[in-house]
Amino acid sequence: MAQPPDHWFDEEAGPLVRPYAMTRGRTRPATGWLDVATQVMAVDSGGDPLGLGPEHQAILRLCRQPLSIAELAAYVDLPLVVAKVLLSDLIERGDVVVRAPEQVASAPGRDLLQAVLDGVRAL
Amino acid sequence: MVSVHSEQIIPASVKVLVAGGFGVGKTTLVGSVSEIPPLSTEELLTEASSGVDDLAGVEGKTTTTVALDFGRITVSPRIVLYLFGTPGQDRFWFMWDELAYGAAGAIVLIDTRRLEASFAAIDFFERRRIPFVVAVNHFEGSYDYEADEVRKALAINDSIPVVACDARKKDSSKLALIKLLEHAMSRLPAAEPKVS
Ligand SMILES: Nc1nc2c(ncn2[C@@H]2O[C@H](COP(=O)(O)OP(=O)(O)OP(=O)(O)O)[C@@H](O)[C@H]2O)c(=O)[nH]1
Ligand SMILES: [Mg+2]
Repeated sequence: MAQPPDHWFDEEAGPLVRPYAMTRGRTRPATGWLDVATQVMAVDSGGDPLGLGPEHQAILRLCRQPLSIAELAAYVDLPLVVAKVLLSDLIERGDVVVRAPEQVASAPGRDLLQAVLDGVRAL
Repeated sequence: MVSVHSEQIIPASVKVLVAGGFGVGKTTLVGSVSEIPPLSTEELLTEASSGVDDLAGVEGKTTTTVALDFGRITVSPRIVLYLFGTPGQDRFWFMWDELAYGAAGAIVLIDTRRLEASFAAIDFFERRRIPFVVAVNHFEGSYDYEADEVRKALAINDSIPVVACDARKKDSSKLALIKLLEHAMSRLPAAEPKVS
């Protein structure tokens, strides 16, 4: 499997570095690597919602149906990196499930591409 | 991480990038095929102070944002396709890297009046061996070039599909997307022979 994108940055990215802002100083999600297109879904973990901030709760409400991280970030109007950190909190608590990382990180195979092609042709 | 059985209920995502220079029609293309009005999200960047392009002279670190717009096509209950318009400016390369990671491929839009605006995008996908097609967006005053002329001007391989496009029209954007998916499939390694 390919390396996660931390090892994959283009040298030409030059002086841009990963942001250091918000989320109590955390700039990267604790739980694995979350892609912009990763689908997440809320599950009832029985966890105490009191430990959660309003943004966490807004995310949980939005992803009662599976939704991508990019969509969540857009709907709660937070930068992607912030949405990822908040989601990693929720994943650790067991409030949210994601597809297994190996399925989101690699380029789609033949069956998946064929299904997408059929779907797009039918649009 | 909780992911047990989640693949049974959580759809797979497929990413396609829509790239090309400034104002070449990326957002328009995403919007014309998306089932939802294009969404926009942003990524935060911290920029070091060294004198680079238009940031020369800026003291200390500044945080800036790069906007990212994207659309969605629900292919089936199990599969969702996302189209991401890549940020036009070269200094947002790192964003492209994250977007390109695991992507099915890219549609590189070009405006024949200013081809050079899309050179960086072509270079990016070529180097990473990410399948791409070139979609020639027709603007008023742009001349209709043959596919071969476009390939020559862009110095790209004969195997790369070149399609004419009007990003404002759904059918036209859809065709570019179909060409890309077909191209991506043709680039897959041959199917494993079935073990009998
Ligand atoms: N004639 C013509 N105009 C187009 C076409 N596609 C887009 N436009 C127009 O070109 C302008 C720029 O389109 P955008 O979709 O915003 O371009 P973009 O690539 O997203 O631009 P940036 O994100 O700023 O780099 C808009 O006014 C569109 O209406 C096309 O196929 N034909
Ligand atoms: Mg745009």
